[in-house]
Amino acid sequence: MTALIDVENLTLKFRTDEGLITAVDNVSFSLNKGEVMGLVGESGSGKSVTAKALMHLNARNAVYTPESKITLHTESGPVDVLSLKTPRELNIVRGGAVSMIFQEPMASFAPAITIGKQMVEQLQLHGDYTNESAKRWSIEMLDRVGISDPSKRFDQYAFELSGGMRQRAMIAMALSTQPKLLIADEPTTALDVTIQAQVIDLMKDLVAEFQMGIVFITHDLGVVAQTADKVNVMYLGRMIEEGPVREVIRNSKHPYTQGLLAALPKLDDLDSPLTPVPGDIPSPLERPSGCVFHTRCSKVVGDVCRITDPRDRKIDATHKVACHIYDEVPA
Amino acid sequence: MSDVLICAKGLSVGFPIGGGLFNKQVLKAVDNVSLDIKKGSFFGLVGESGSGKTTLGRALLKAAPITAGGAHYSDGEVDYDLEKITNDQLKDYRKRAQLIFQDPYAALSPRMTVRDIIAEPLEVMRLTKNRQETDARVREIAAKCRLNLEHLRRFPHAFSGGQRQRISIARALVSAPKFIVADESVAALDVSIQADVLNLLKQIQSDMGLTFMFISHDLSVVAHTCDHVAVMYLGRLVESAPTRKLFAAPRHPYTKALFSAIPSLDPDDRGSAQKLTGEIPSPTNQPSGCKFHTRCPFAIDHCKQVEPKLETDGTGHDVACHRWKELMAPQAA
Repeated sequence: MTALIDVENLTLKFRTDEGLITAVDNVSFSLNKGEVMGLVGESGSGKSVTAKALMHLNARNAVYTPESKITLHTESGPVDVLSLKTPRELNIVRGGAVSMIFQEPMASFAPAITIGKQMVEQLQLHGDYTNESAKRWSIEMLDRVGISDPSKRFDQYAFELSGGMRQRAMIAMALSTQPKLLIADEPTTALDVTIQAQVIDLMKDLVAEFQMGIVFITHDLGVVAQTADKVNVMYLGRMIEEGPVREVIRNSKHPYTQGLLAALPKLDDLDSPLTPVPGDIPSPLERPSGCVFHTRCSKVVGDVCRITDPRDRKIDATHKVACHIYDEVPA
Repeated sequence: MSDVLICAKGLSVGFPIGGGLFNKQVLKAVDNVSLDIKKGSFFGLVGESGSGKTTLGRALLKAAPITAGGAHYSDGEVDYDLEKITNDQLKDYRKRAQLIFQDPYAALSPRMTVRDIIAEPLEVMRLTKNRQETDARVREIAAKCRLNLEHLRRFPHAFSGGQRQRISIARALVSAPKFIVADESVAALDVSIQADVLNLLKQIQSDMGLTFMFISHDLSVVAHTCDHVAVMYLGRLVESAPTRKLFAAPRHPYTKALFSAIPSLDPDDRGSAQKLTGEIPSPTNQPSGCKFHTRCPFAIDHCKQVEPKLETDGTGHDVACHRWKELMAPQAA
């Protein structure tokens, strides 16, 4: 397995009128080729901000600490993503080697330009395409993602397609530059379950075919179980648990991950009560001291949770958790 | 006195679309739906987008035009025929039937304090005599929805999604309704908060003796909250049954497909599902016969020609499919 992207000590703050807000706090992970990583957490946990950092796409008021480092391994050698500045340099992470699929496909296509024109535009930006060859390739990609009558769709506008079609067109567009890394930000959240199942199948096929790495952002643990190889759980900008998908779902260690699983309505046991994680995610302006989760945690072991930020504990070689409960567990 | 709060018979909702003077087309959003909602029940309505769930919910609130058939509301105090309801009756009906919206970010005015938002129905409907009475009522309802007094002075922007949804619920409850339509009320929330809001709705329902119509596309949420579930497809009711019966043995191929499309939490149970191909057809260009035949893996010629009727089997499990008995047979054996 070859490494595709390495994220080390990523800390990201936003400069706002109310002061510096920490959105991502010392996050490290790496992803190999052909691997699907699920990034899970509530709204406000920093999932999207982390993903956008991979494309250096965060707003101008974002401040990265000097220790933050994101390395993308391309065929022409490693690229230090955070040091890229000019639009020309950034091309590589914005549609070239890295592509992104957004949550709301209606909002991601320009409404007054045909789907085809948008696909051709980005192909010509990133590759050596003539109008003819770009069109041919775009139509082929539309066909690949299962859009019927692709040459007709090529000349249509986003509003003429249904939700599922639009998301497929979005996927076709993101994959047409043959990226090495695909970032999918809640790609199925706005879709019906039946269409969601189709899109998930499609993405699995494409990973197998193109050997891409995928960062799959979602709050739906069921979707993660169906797609991901490994899972990272985020809470208030901290990575609190990470491990292979089977480990994290069947043998979750962090009280927050356990809480998320308990809150999920399960079809095979209709009598079990739904147990919410108590309270709301705190405002990033009032980050709790110590362990960021201690304000909602039912398993606080003592003052240590309020005072000390837990470091990552290894449960085994691949399963890590940031929680004080596991201090006694021999690593 | 019957125990049925809402009784719809052959209810249809159509919207005129395009066309010239002589070829007016009608989009049938809800088509010949009959259903009974029992008092004190939690009635779930499931289906994909475009199946007419929301329109049906609105028609029962008299907020969408009923073009054929009708619906009756009777709570023991009053008895309204929603089709022929008079303006005075409608005013009273608005107090008795309320709606909770999907998006708690769009449903609350950013320029009103929470107290004003919750008090507005009372003022508009003139349910309270003076400000003290209004305030008392607002505080009482806010406490029921777990909002504290401090919250009432603030504006909606200061609240998280779950708190906002609790404000929407408080606003719907303040006029002491008997019937509430909750339209995708937890769809926009995170799972941890979703569980919290669902528990709150259940508790309010049992405390206040309310009847809920719970519209959702999420079957696992419906399974956990509702007593009775109806499945809609292209404006039609295709299956309707008590929750446990429906989830134990779904009869309609569409219901089965919806179940199998739910992503399983088991990472080793991938891709075993029976996947539905294609998308829901446009309601302006509906298929002949059974509306589902274009996507149904079991469709035969008969399905393309004759539309199946909703059959009742006496146990409250209704299904509209020509072949359900045949398709269930191998499981029984």
